Amino acid sequence: MDNKWVLQIQNVSKEYGGNSVLKGVNLSVKPGEIHALVGENGAGKSTLMNILFGMPVIHETGGFEGEIWLNGKKAGIESPKNAMEAGIGMVHQEFMLLPGFSVAENVKLNREPTKSNWFSKISGKKLETLDLHKMGADTRRALDRIEMTIDEWLPLVGMPVGHRQFVEIAREIDKADLSVLVLDEPTAVLTETEASNLLSVLKKLAESGIGVLFISHRLEEVYEIADTVTVLRDGEMIATMPKTETKLETIAEMMVGRKIKRLGTAESGRATDDGDILEITDLCVDMPGEYVNGANITVRRGEILGIGGLAGHGKLGIANGIMGLYPSSGTLICDGEEIPLNNAQSSLEAGLVFLSEDRRGVGLLLDESIEDNIALASMISKKNFLKRVGPLPISVLDRKSIREHADKMISLLEIKCTGPQQSVRRLSGGNQQKVCVAKAITMDPQVLLVSEPTRGIDVGAKERVLSMIKKLNREKGITVVMISSELQELRSMCDRIAIMYKGTICGVLDPDAPDAEFGFCMAGKGGIPSD
Amino acid sequence: MKERIRQNAVPVLFLCMCILGLLISGQNLRYVTQELISRLARNWFLVLSLIIPVTAGLGLNFAIVLGAMAGQVGLIVATHYKLPGLAGLITAVVLSIPIAVVLGISAGHVLNKARGREMITSMMLGFAANGIYQLVFLFMVGTVFPVKNPQIMLDNGVGLRGTIELKYCKYALDDLIRMKLFGIHIPLAPIIVVILLCLGIRWLYQTKLGQELRAVGQDMGVASVAGINVDRTRITAMVMSTVLAAIGQVIFLQNMGTMNTFNSHEQIGTVAIASLLVGGATVSRATVGQALIGTLLFQLLFIISPAAGQRLMGNAQIGEYFRVFIGYGIIGTALLIHSWERATSQRSASRQTRGKTLEGTGNN
Amino acid sequence: MTDSFKQLIDKVGLPRLTIILFLVALMVVATVNHLPTSMLLSNSLVRIGMNGVMVLAMVPSVQSGAGLNFGLSIGIIAGLIGMLVVMEFKLVGFFGLIIALLIACALGAAAGYLYGLVLNRVRGQEMMIGTYTGFSIVSGMCMFWLLAPFRNPEMIWVVGGKGLRMTLAVNDSLAQILDNFWQFEIFGVEIPVGLLLAFGLACLLLEVFFRSRLGVSMKVAGANPVFATSCGVDVDKMRVLGTVLSTALGAMGMVIYCQSFGYVQLYMAPLMMSFPAVASVLIGGASARKATVWNAVLGTVLFQTLLTIALPVTRSVIQGDISEVAKTIISNSMILYALTRKEGDGE
Repeated sequence: MDNKWVLQIQNVSKEYGGNSVLKGVNLSVKPGEIHALVGENGAGKSTLMNILFGMPVIHETGGFEGEIWLNGKKAGIESPKNAMEAGIGMVHQEFMLLPGFSVAENVKLNREPTKSNWFSKISGKKLETLDLHKMGADTRRALDRIEMTIDEWLPLVGMPVGHRQFVEIAREIDKADLSVLVLDEPTAVLTETEASNLLSVLKKLAESGIGVLFISHRLEEVYEIADTVTVLRDGEMIATMPKTETKLETIAEMMVGRKIKRLGTAESGRATDDGDILEITDLCVDMPGEYVNGANITVRRGEILGIGGLAGHGKLGIANGIMGLYPSSGTLICDGEEIPLNNAQSSLEAGLVFLSEDRRGVGLLLDESIEDNIALASMISKKNFLKRVGPLPISVLDRKSIREHADKMISLLEIKCTGPQQSVRRLSGGNQQKVCVAKAITMDPQVLLVSEPTRGIDVGAKERVLSMIKKLNREKGITVVMISSELQELRSMCDRIAIMYKGTICGVLDPDAPDAEFGFCMAGKGGIPSD
Repeated sequence: MKERIRQNAVPVLFLCMCILGLLISGQNLRYVTQELISRLARNWFLVLSLIIPVTAGLGLNFAIVLGAMAGQVGLIVATHYKLPGLAGLITAVVLSIPIAVVLGISAGHVLNKARGREMITSMMLGFAANGIYQLVFLFMVGTVFPVKNPQIMLDNGVGLRGTIELKYCKYALDDLIRMKLFGIHIPLAPIIVVILLCLGIRWLYQTKLGQELRAVGQDMGVASVAGINVDRTRITAMVMSTVLAAIGQVIFLQNMGTMNTFNSHEQIGTVAIASLLVGGATVSRATVGQALIGTLLFQLLFIISPAAGQRLMGNAQIGEYFRVFIGYGIIGTALLIHSWERATSQRSASRQTRGKTLEGTGNN
Repeated sequence: MTDSFKQLIDKVGLPRLTIILFLVALMVVATVNHLPTSMLLSNSLVRIGMNGVMVLAMVPSVQSGAGLNFGLSIGIIAGLIGMLVVMEFKLVGFFGLIIALLIACALGAAAGYLYGLVLNRVRGQEMMIGTYTGFSIVSGMCMFWLLAPFRNPEMIWVVGGKGLRMTLAVNDSLAQILDNFWQFEIFGVEIPVGLLLAFGLACLLLEVFFRSRLGVSMKVAGANPVFATSCGVDVDKMRVLGTVLSTALGAMGMVIYCQSFGYVQLYMAPLMMSFPAVASVLIGGASARKATVWNAVLGTVLFQTLLTIALPVTRSVIQGDISEVAKTIISNSMILYALTRKEGDGE
């Protein structure tokens, strides 16, 4: 190996409990290069970062395959400490800073220069006194390099997020043998000025010979500063190319992918003109990471409406807001009647049923049986499956009808299990999702909101879940709103596809619209509204 | 400014209560001062032993009861061998330290397994250890351990007496340096020990270890990413606290002169923690100054409340119960305020990250 | 062999297995030493009936997601007040008992409502807050006992004529009224039918409740708050309801305890009473997140039998009353064990 590269990731793969999240990824960073790693939610970016930085979560789940080379030397990274020693600097997405410490204390955390004293000579290094003067001086130097003027002894508490980001960078460049700096979504929490400051600092750092690995899904900024772009999707490396040879829309297209084979196109132009069933006006949802900021859209009776867009642009917020799971404002009219927001019960009563993207967290009672998971939600919100206790005015669960219903659902959806009493925690992702579908059907929905229905489940189950949803729409006339990060999935299922950008609907497209148009829309370049 | 008032609200409130109580009780000021000084000299050390776990993020260490037990074991042995004066005291301390270290390490391990529930766990640790302590000194001394000493043991030869006279090392430290000021006896030696401890704690926080303790206390995740051995640091904090509590209990009991074998240690946790909180400390923040002032106010209230109760309600018993109530009440209130504030700050933290993505939560 | 042993441990749980083995050992020692087995059994049954309802009080609070109710002393105080009012007015017999239960229930429910509101604002810290709220209220009530306007000369201090006594004897028509109801003897074992019936009735009612729509909603709110919200359940309300039920049950449990015990103990006596109740339900196989009526029944039976038998058995082996110490060690270590166990919520 020659020293042409500061960082080489070779053939790295990683599995979480049989679920493969990274498949043979190769990536190399030159000294002085800004290398951007882009990809959708769940593409494996964070896992790759965790591997690079030796985070415990990797080694607790069985380590990874492949090799990592730094400056031409193979590095065995098993802990954050190893990674640090090998010369990897990491600016975390969630700040790894102590708010009660000053800037200098944070920059020098666990690398404090010390002076020996009378006690430490007996009991060891731990009791050496901190060399505050040197701590301050080192920090000042690091801050100066990134042109930060803040006082190094100021506590972090109350400092704007932008400054904290710079403190993180200062900490990394203060490390003597830093050769590659990794930044995980560094601009996600910054204002636009802060972000552009950051980018210019990164450029300067790269000029000094440090390799920069920059992870983001904000395509504009990637496009602005990167020398090389690598696209990751579903744990696979899709492409590595110099920025000069690519276009913004191409990257967007690559991120959302075209790989999955079509399940057959939707019959476009299908008659869905029975009027509107849902009218969403000025919807704002306060869902962290998926804010919706004044979205307007109508859903036609009997259609499958797709909602797409890159992660963080609010597509998940729409369904969660409508269902009263996150604080929201705006108006929601269903079947001509206004439904109060922030109230799950009223949405349920209007016949809206939600299949959450967070199956294990929101969708299921993991330690309860399959039958309970299918029946309880319907029992609570629709008062089904209850029977009287003799002549008393008390109703209790009707176990027999719950069992019968569960048996029916298990055979209908082909849920693989040992019986209706098995706990859902033990089921595979696909079967868990089928339980969620069964639960939704049991609620007898008028409009079904499906969020990321195929996330984290295997290919076979994916198709079954999707065709089940389609069947519900076609045979029972249930209106479906489907939210997905997989564009191809949407295009194969939906009658219309709305694309979200920065919390608003950027455009509503026909599923057969050319790829480039979707790419434009996701990059916020506006679309041609189809209605 | 507002922040400052809010931070000092508790001590100021207690100061007012103390002054009011003092006026109502109409007690002799010299008596109160004398009583207060001797109570401070014996309690300060114990209260100070709570500071390190708070800064290390372990919350209020209800398990100092373990250290107190270790101290008592040392004293029991010293009394058994009739070691007089300072020699007895030093023996007691020397014996109790290894016991306290072992107990502290075990407590640290247990608390590492109960992250996020440290306080209730340390409290239950104290209760459970108390049961074992009783088992040993009520049933095993004289049977399993062949000890014979009618002075400290029950008449039937099994188990220790409920109260043991510490006649050999009573006032061993207090009387080391005799001093009287305006007719008030001042136990100078214990106060010097407390001053040394205060300086020691301050010095600790200027060392690498102190920095690690503070870092772990603020955020275990960040500390661990920075390469600090979090588990080990937390255990170190528990060991230091337990050892200090053991020494503190020896100082406490040499002043009392008698030991309630099965009760002395039990109240220590509550009294010390309440004292610290009265000084304005919280579950996550405690300083030497807060410990010193808190002890002063709490003990002052302790002294005057029976008399105040007598004058106000015609019943001294009321005052007794009142101070117990204050002890528990202040701890309860402090815990309440702490978790309230935490809930609010979490909410505002989630607002701060507005616009942040859900990256990485997808495929797990 | 080792595998099947491991399976057994997994299924029964290590502490429960230890306690069962310990219990068996004690029973063997008891029979070998010719201790009066029938009397031990009678005593066990009484103690099970006495304590059962208080243990049962843990179930709704855990199920609703508010965790183990370390603040049960709040309910216990309500129960004490119920007893005291009945004694003050010299109400007798079943009428007196029912009035005591009603007062206890009403006060318990009211106090539980306020306590539930507090717990809703301190999520994750319920155990610690509960413990110290309980401690504060018990010690605060000490002042109340001294000042309370009770006039019955049998209840207040002889000297001074003011303030309730430490220990009050329950009058004869009320004491053991449930124990003696339909009581019969079989093989020398006295069966306190009324007491056991009362416990059984409480179990039955609670079980029916947990099968009703409200009960299931509460269980769901405890098991997965977000799931519950998405079903339109008001999680906060459910937690308050769980705490109300728990506190009211604790209050009524105390009334049952007092009538069987024959004495009402005031002042600091109720201070530590919530811990054995917490430990019992844990011994029965519950955790801080899941507890069933069955856990409460099994736990009470195991724990109380153990304590009843331990006393005479140890007395026959070594001197002194070891049962209090055993109670302290077992209940506190049980809680400690539960606290250090990783909760199986997997997230």
